[in-house]
Amino acid sequence: MRNDAALIIEQIMIAPDIMRMELETDIAADTSCGQFIQILVPGYFLRRPISVSQIRDSSHLSLIYRITGDGTRVLAQMKEGEKLDVFGPLGHGFPVVDDDIVLIGGGVGIPPLIETAKRHIMSGHHVTAVLGFASDSQIFAKEELESLNAEVIIATMDGSCGVKGTVMDAIQAYGIGNNKTVMACGPLGMLRAVSAYFEHGYVSLEERMACGIGACMGCVAMTPEGDTLRVCKDGPVFEIGKVVL
Amino acid sequence: MDLRVDLPGLHLKNPVIPASGCFGYGREFAELYDLSLLGGIAIKSATPKERIGNPVPRIAETPGGMLNAIGLQNHGVDYIVEKELPWLAQFDTEIIANVAGATEEDYVEVIRKMNSSPVVKAYELNISCPNVKHGGIGLGTDPILAAQVTRMAKDVSDKPVYVKLTPNVTNIVEIAKAVEAAGADGLVMINTLLGMRIDLKTAKPVLANTTGGLSGPAVKPVAVRMIYQTAKAVNIPIIGVGGIMSAEDVLEFLYAGASAVEVGSANFHDPYICPKIIEDLPRVLEKYGYQSVKEATGRSLL
Repeated sequence: MRNDAALIIEQIMIAPDIMRMELETDIAADTSCGQFIQILVPGYFLRRPISVSQIRDSSHLSLIYRITGDGTRVLAQMKEGEKLDVFGPLGHGFPVVDDDIVLIGGGVGIPPLIETAKRHIMSGHHVTAVLGFASDSQIFAKEELESLNAEVIIATMDGSCGVKGTVMDAIQAYGIGNNKTVMACGPLGMLRAVSAYFEHGYVSLEERMACGIGACMGCVAMTPEGDTLRVCKDGPVFEIGKVVL
Repeated sequence: MDLRVDLPGLHLKNPVIPASGCFGYGREFAELYDLSLLGGIAIKSATPKERIGNPVPRIAETPGGMLNAIGLQNHGVDYIVEKELPWLAQFDTEIIANVAGATEEDYVEVIRKMNSSPVVKAYELNISCPNVKHGGIGLGTDPILAAQVTRMAKDVSDKPVYVKLTPNVTNIVEIAKAVEAAGADGLVMINTLLGMRIDLKTAKPVLANTTGGLSGPAVKPVAVRMIYQTAKAVNIPIIGVGGIMSAEDVLEFLYAGASAVEVGSANFHDPYICPKIIEDLPRVLEKYGYQSVKEATGRSLL
């Protein structure tokens, strides 16, 4: 966990309002799949928590984020060669398990799954990635995952590509069993459906954050026992059943 | 350069104190730097029983700051005395225990249980929370109620009692004078300003709690003004808080009448901001012709 002035190597739009940013930063050396960093966008008070999509090497990180408001719009306008104030790596990410896995991502929840896919494929496991989008034009990360040798299944709400419907419709269509280890990130409704279907696995949560290190109690999730966990510090990845969605 | 500040119960090596609620009990920040660098630490509010806090979202950004509605989440005073305070004993810094409650009796109970801890050097009464016995109004918005809880706290406390004032009042000087007369050893000002944000897509409040406390640089001029007005009217020391981001900001608060400062939500903007301010403070004081923090305190009041 450290503060660094990261160098922007490249920044491109890979789908409507979806940006991919390549950073040179020593934070990469300590980062594992599913963790995030806090980015200080010039002119804004709170940092933006953004998950790491790929760890290229010990000094390069790749981020994929969606332009959701003014802060990320300013971030998206930053150019290669500019420095960015980053803090991280933060939180507990996805585990690397000794098994074949199913990754499920909805829209901008997909990025942390890419490094997670890479780690499992590198250790010789088969990775099935089920990705959900609104429509064909929104699709991203498909080629990136396929180039890592993951099996990619697409679901689109309007049926313009792959299975028509949600990621759960695609899981049914492809006959993916509920006994597989699942790792998922995406909208809350999707995470609820995934948690209800699969017997074991992990979900990554999103929440508005302030400190990002577990001090301010701004982002909390409840356990079934009624205790609170911090999304930024105890998560963002939780084992299914450990938090109430 | 002499950065030391002596206040009732608090022998600060420098005037910089992370503010309550923005620093937990220091554990997370201790992974980033040595907490002994700090003048003191105002630890997160303690209530008699555990509080779960408010639903999420609890945080919203604003121009020049943020809104929060955490809801005083904490494990309760017993847990804090048993688990957090002994851990803090390893650091050479002054611990201020922030005390909160839903009734006056809650403050008394928390103080009674913390009195035995040698780690706590002073109390800071958070009188901004809604009070269940008085129709939900904050004790800090009424001079009689503010004085009453101050007196009750002083009666049971073995340590100096500072009162943290809410700015959500028409006349903060009146409240400050009332708690001074009730025996307060010092003031901490200001707490957050009540605010709200609405989501344009849903037309609903961004915070699950509807309203929240505004902090950050946006509130700094309000804090400076209130400290300036209050410092002219009271004879007890003031710890200033509200939007401090730099050593220059610290000097502005000292000028207005603060003897020391608390740094709050700036810790989220830059987690290393407190040690950075402490390191930069001698340069700023020297630049404006001061040899000590004490010299600068109250300069604008002369």
